[in-house]
Amino acid sequence: MTDNSWLQIGLYLATIILCARPLGVWMAAVYEGRKTFLHRALGWLERLIYRAAGIRPDDPMNWKAYATAVMLLSLLSGIALYGLQCLQGYLPLNPEHMSGVSPDLAFNTAISFVTNTNWQSYNGETTLSYLTQMLGLTVQNFISAAVGMAVLVALIRGLRGKQTDNLGNFWADLTRGILYILLPLSVVLAMLLVSQGVVQSLNPYQKVRLVEPQHYSMRTTGSNGKMVNTRTVVRHQLLPTGPAASQIAIKQLGTNGGGFFGANSAYPYENPTPLSNWLEMAAILLIPAALCCTFGRMVGDMRQGWAIMAAMLLLLIPLMIGCTAAEHAQNPAVAHLIHHHPGWALKNHGYMEGKETRFGITDSAIWTTVTTAASNGSVNSMLDSYSAIGGLIPMWLLQLGEVVFGGVGSGLYGMIMFVIVTVFIAGLMVGRTPEYLGKKIEAFEIKMAAICVLVPPALLLTATAVACVLPGVTNALGNTGPHGFSEILYWASSTANNNGSAFAGLGTNSVFYNIVGGVLMWVGRFWIIIPTLALAGSLAKKKIIPPSSGTLPTHNGMFTCLLAATVVLVGALTFFPALALGPIVEFLSGGRL
Amino acid sequence: MRVLRAAVAMLVIMSGITGLAYPLAVTAAAQYLFPWQANGSIVNNPQNRPTGSKLIGQYFSGARYFWPRPSATAPVPYCPYNAADGGCGTGSNLGPYSPGFLAAIKRRIIRLRSADPQSTTPIPASLIMASGSGLDPDISPSAARYQINRVARARRMPVARLRRLVKRFTRGRTFGILGAPRVNVLELNLALNRLARKRKH
Amino acid sequence: MSISTQSLFNRTILRRAVLDALGKFDPRVQVRNPVMCVVYAGAIFTSGLFVRALAGGGGTSAGFILAISAWLWFTVLFANFAEAMAEGRGKAQADTLRKGRREVTAKVLAEPHKGAVQRIAAAADLRQSDIVLVEAGEVIPADGTVVEGMATVDESAITGESAPVIRESGGDRSSVTGGTRVLSDWLVIRVTCDPGETFLDRMIAMVEGAKRQKTPNEIALNILLAKLTIIFLLATATLLPFSIYAVHAVGHGSPVSMTILAALLVCLIPTTIGGLLSAIGIAGMDRMIQKNVIATSGRAVEAAGDVDVLLLDKTGTITLGNRQAVEFICAPGVSLSDLAEAAQLASLVDETPEGRSIMVLAKQYCKRRPRDLESAQAHFIPFSAQTRMSGVDIANRQIRKGAIESIARHAAQLGGSFPAELETAAQTIARSGGTPLAVAQGSQVLGVIALKDIVKPGIKERFGELRRMGIKTVMITGDNPLTAAAIAAEAGVDDFLAQATPEAKLKLIREHQQGGRLVAMTGDGTNDAPALAQADVAVAMNSGTHAAKEAGNMVDLDSNPTKLIEIIETGKQMLMTRGSLTTFSIANDVSKYFAIIPAMFSGIYPCMNRLNIMHLSTPGSAILSAVIFNALIIIILIPLALRGVKYRPMPAAKLLMHNVLIYGIGGLIAPFIGIKLIDMALTAMHLV
Repeated sequence: MTDNSWLQIGLYLATIILCARPLGVWMAAVYEGRKTFLHRALGWLERLIYRAAGIRPDDPMNWKAYATAVMLLSLLSGIALYGLQCLQGYLPLNPEHMSGVSPDLAFNTAISFVTNTNWQSYNGETTLSYLTQMLGLTVQNFISAAVGMAVLVALIRGLRGKQTDNLGNFWADLTRGILYILLPLSVVLAMLLVSQGVVQSLNPYQKVRLVEPQHYSMRTTGSNGKMVNTRTVVRHQLLPTGPAASQIAIKQLGTNGGGFFGANSAYPYENPTPLSNWLEMAAILLIPAALCCTFGRMVGDMRQGWAIMAAMLLLLIPLMIGCTAAEHAQNPAVAHLIHHHPGWALKNHGYMEGKETRFGITDSAIWTTVTTAASNGSVNSMLDSYSAIGGLIPMWLLQLGEVVFGGVGSGLYGMIMFVIVTVFIAGLMVGRTPEYLGKKIEAFEIKMAAICVLVPPALLLTATAVACVLPGVTNALGNTGPHGFSEILYWASSTANNNGSAFAGLGTNSVFYNIVGGVLMWVGRFWIIIPTLALAGSLAKKKIIPPSSGTLPTHNGMFTCLLAATVVLVGALTFFPALALGPIVEFLSGGRL
Repeated sequence: MRVLRAAVAMLVIMSGITGLAYPLAVTAAAQYLFPWQANGSIVNNPQNRPTGSKLIGQYFSGARYFWPRPSATAPVPYCPYNAADGGCGTGSNLGPYSPGFLAAIKRRIIRLRSADPQSTTPIPASLIMASGSGLDPDISPSAARYQINRVARARRMPVARLRRLVKRFTRGRTFGILGAPRVNVLELNLALNRLARKRKH
Repeated sequence: MSISTQSLFNRTILRRAVLDALGKFDPRVQVRNPVMCVVYAGAIFTSGLFVRALAGGGGTSAGFILAISAWLWFTVLFANFAEAMAEGRGKAQADTLRKGRREVTAKVLAEPHKGAVQRIAAAADLRQSDIVLVEAGEVIPADGTVVEGMATVDESAITGESAPVIRESGGDRSSVTGGTRVLSDWLVIRVTCDPGETFLDRMIAMVEGAKRQKTPNEIALNILLAKLTIIFLLATATLLPFSIYAVHAVGHGSPVSMTILAALLVCLIPTTIGGLLSAIGIAGMDRMIQKNVIATSGRAVEAAGDVDVLLLDKTGTITLGNRQAVEFICAPGVSLSDLAEAAQLASLVDETPEGRSIMVLAKQYCKRRPRDLESAQAHFIPFSAQTRMSGVDIANRQIRKGAIESIARHAAQLGGSFPAELETAAQTIARSGGTPLAVAQGSQVLGVIALKDIVKPGIKERFGELRRMGIKTVMITGDNPLTAAAIAAEAGVDDFLAQATPEAKLKLIREHQQGGRLVAMTGDGTNDAPALAQADVAVAMNSGTHAAKEAGNMVDLDSNPTKLIEIIETGKQMLMTRGSLTTFSIANDVSKYFAIIPAMFSGIYPCMNRLNIMHLSTPGSAILSAVIFNALIIIILIPLALRGVKYRPMPAAKLLMHNVLIYGIGGLIAPFIGIKLIDMALTAMHLV
């Protein structure tokens, strides 16, 4: 690691922490329905939406009504997105004449975006029309993010409710989240990104003449069926374009992560400069971090929010430093290679394979930890080519359950499930029926929290196991040995936890991976949302017990450490054996098995 | 079924706002405020025809040019889009210890050494390791400096002149902190061509 | 109780526990505990593998499978043993109680008075509202209420307290318990319960743990443990396909054996807490019984740990039973010894505790012995509600003692007056929570006696402890607010309810409960019953009325109102023991991974051996050591589970820190040492 690495890590974290409070307080105001300055500009639109959709924003919803609304909207979204992909060939805004997407890929992509996973089996510039990108992906980037935030807000209402079953109105939460939070931030970020060089146009792809035409000889099948060498001269490049900036802004802000282009944020048109990289990276954690403050504000004790954020940072910072250091280190296999060729000399720059020059190792590694800590999943460098430890860290961040900041809303409600488990065990240890924010944690709460903690590991371990032994499926691997296993494990971890980043060597655009991946994403998302809302409903019905000195404080350093320890312990104990067979053994081998 | 009606209405309305109004408004604003960037940062050649994007790398293989980083795109390096083969920007996705990766490293070192046999300078990593997008427009300043001798010989230009040129096209970290120092290969090579043309005249 | 003094590991209990532990191998018993059930299944499964290996199947050596299988069986056995140990004491106790319930006959009366017609019936045939007569030397046949008579009763069979107690009709000492013995006089009793539902029956059921239901926290913990077990089951089971892939990928080695997977699974699932969980609950109830408290359910004991507000009766709980004379204040011109003598004379036949305390105080100032009163022809005037005075006419002296206003009126009638100095003194006494009594001789007021509530020694410290636990104490008294405030301040309670009526108590409890607090209270009188029924934790005194005992969810056989503090501690201990052992159990897993994972995979990936940081000698020894440690730790922790984690009254944050350090960090480190030692032992004995 260089001095610059430390400086950038420090600067990045400081930015996130400084922005958290003002934005968090602002979001709390939005969700509590208080008037902000944006209401003057957009209030009419909000009212218009309610009228057009026949919604009364003050109608109370109990948890079942809230969950029904969430599920129904998500289901319809999925169907709409699936249809849009299949029919894009007949629809306008398709200058490159993309044909309809294959059914399994469309299924995977639809679920991927509805669940805020944004796994990329698709390849934006080669498969999707501009209309699909806009009306399909961009829309779901907004909706799935707003759904996550709404579920969080419902949970907060459950925590602070006094013997009620009202969790708020989902439609109002959704509208407010999009209109006052996601949309304004996206407009600002999109314009900043365009200024850096992110494309935003509806023009067809542009053909340019290469400075130096290139001659290649390729082996192709000739007309007589035999392999022949053909010489080709490449004189042109076809530069993809499209309405990218508007989608990338929400892709980062909504912790979605699905790229406009296949190479995601490594693609220069998505992420052209160190500054655009910085802005996008900041956008990834901006809302998840600020939601901690929203939480603190809404439960009436800011310290509760800071404590959770501190636990998240406690997990993030060492992993960020670890990943950066691991990528700066020397690749022992390459060193070995050089060593065996006298006269060869290599200027050591660490693991540069798969990384962009303009970001260097530091910005790539920070991005990687941030994007996997948050359930963003966009990549500005190729994780498959990371060092063993550098790849282990993002994979483990996924497996922790996307709770280190995590997805917008989903990260925090996931973390609150861990809080409940921690409070339960810690509460027992101080000899009281555990309580959190004055709410007793009893069998039902533990059951729901345990489901939330249990579902993603169960899904991903099972899926990995199946993928490991299914004949032929391993052909999809881009690498062999432990690294190939890491690719499968990463795929399952990423989809089951709704992250969407990938060890991209795995060819997942096949029926098995598309269908199984789609199921993992759907179950991983909604089998957590429903128990979370059920939990919120159960909490809302309870009394609030006033704190006493016998109450376990949940806002101090001790609790923060315990919370972090619980997340680490559950993550480590569940995944150590699997990780041992992937990145750990790869690391131990040093390239020589 | 009030909830179904609300869900359908919400999906339609939100699609309209975030899927049409928002991207189209941003497009309009971008085309008005930053038309060059919004349309791909296209660079023209002396004939004023588009010859590439400042942001998308091009492959150079001749000794007279600075070479970019290796690229894993298919079917040819630095292929951002190829409708026929489904080619697009991508990394190699090879594991750090994979035989394919190590073989590629070996191949690239041999190629670099044979292009400039006299050189004893250690080879910078960015010249032997492929980028993430396969379209990286930049190389590290040391990778540019490493190639100066070869280009100078091929073009019969003084080394010092090239050093100055590389220095001129070296961009440091943004604000001295962000990113990494780099040299844009397309810009550097276009400048080389301009220099050569000026000398001809 | 005689048994409560027995040590934890009594020989008979041990022997019995071993036998009971074997009986618990019944699958119907095992299925109740999800964690241990998995171990049980693992043991059966590995036994099957052993049989297969003997028949020549499978790749692993039969000896190794046998060793693993045996230790899995031991793990189940040890958990059974822990439960049996916890039940052991209760069972022994129940036996003793049963012995006390001999067959007795009862004299059933036709009418509720002593002279009514009698018939003889067996105690077992008595029904509710039968009337029985019990005379000296007889055993009371059933629980009931005294309707006539007064007697001394030996209740040692229930309470273990040998001193006899008085039971009489009417008032708060009217309830009697079946199985106790009348020592003197006679009692006419109305039976209050049907056979099989008597206090003794309930007590036997309770100590035996026969009707033990899981407490809410235990249920929640069980859910968490079950979910953890599922996670570990998946993490372990998927290792088989993972290892198949690995073998395929590197081309050598063999997939993980089933035996090792079973061993890993058992090591990972929280067997330590799973095996000890029910023992902790049973032992908690057992500790209550040792403290002479009979709880109707474990739920009540657990709730005691959560108490936020504690309502305590002033009299007998916070203060000694009665007021005591603490000071004499003389009128101008009267000597202290004169006042003392007059006070002494006035109190000679006053048998109330107040009267006796005046005598005690007077002796310090008046060295003269009371004159021979018979010869002096003393005429005693008893206390009456009309005059609110008492006293003595002796020789020509008319000595009166009574409330200030009464004596003032008395003196005024005789032409005297009440000195202003005494008036102020009396006011001062009243303000400081005392009661002033005036003493007059004829028309002259001699002075004032200050009577005061005496706060029990050490009670202030107890309240301090409660405050540190985060529990608010509220004193309940019939006194006026002024007096109540003074006593409250002296005793160090947080709040008080003065001039309390049953309705006011009930209202106070409801208010606290509305605010989300959990309320505990003690009581003995019939008028406490509504409040006891409303309180979340209600401890009735055994000396109290039947109504109070019915309303409460615990009965304190010692009738000691400060027992609540110990009940709260026991409740907290139960939770703390569960929490601490859960933490310990999970923290243990880290080391087990470091023992088993390298052993599992070093055949496929030799470099995996670098994870063998304990340098365990062979893969077989590593796995076996982890399994053995996992089994032995249950045995080692049985005493802790039975005694409970020590509770110290300190703020929750500090307590947490303390327990996390011991059971969290300790749980992380201890097994590294333990497994290494077992490995060394196995290697030294050439067992692997």
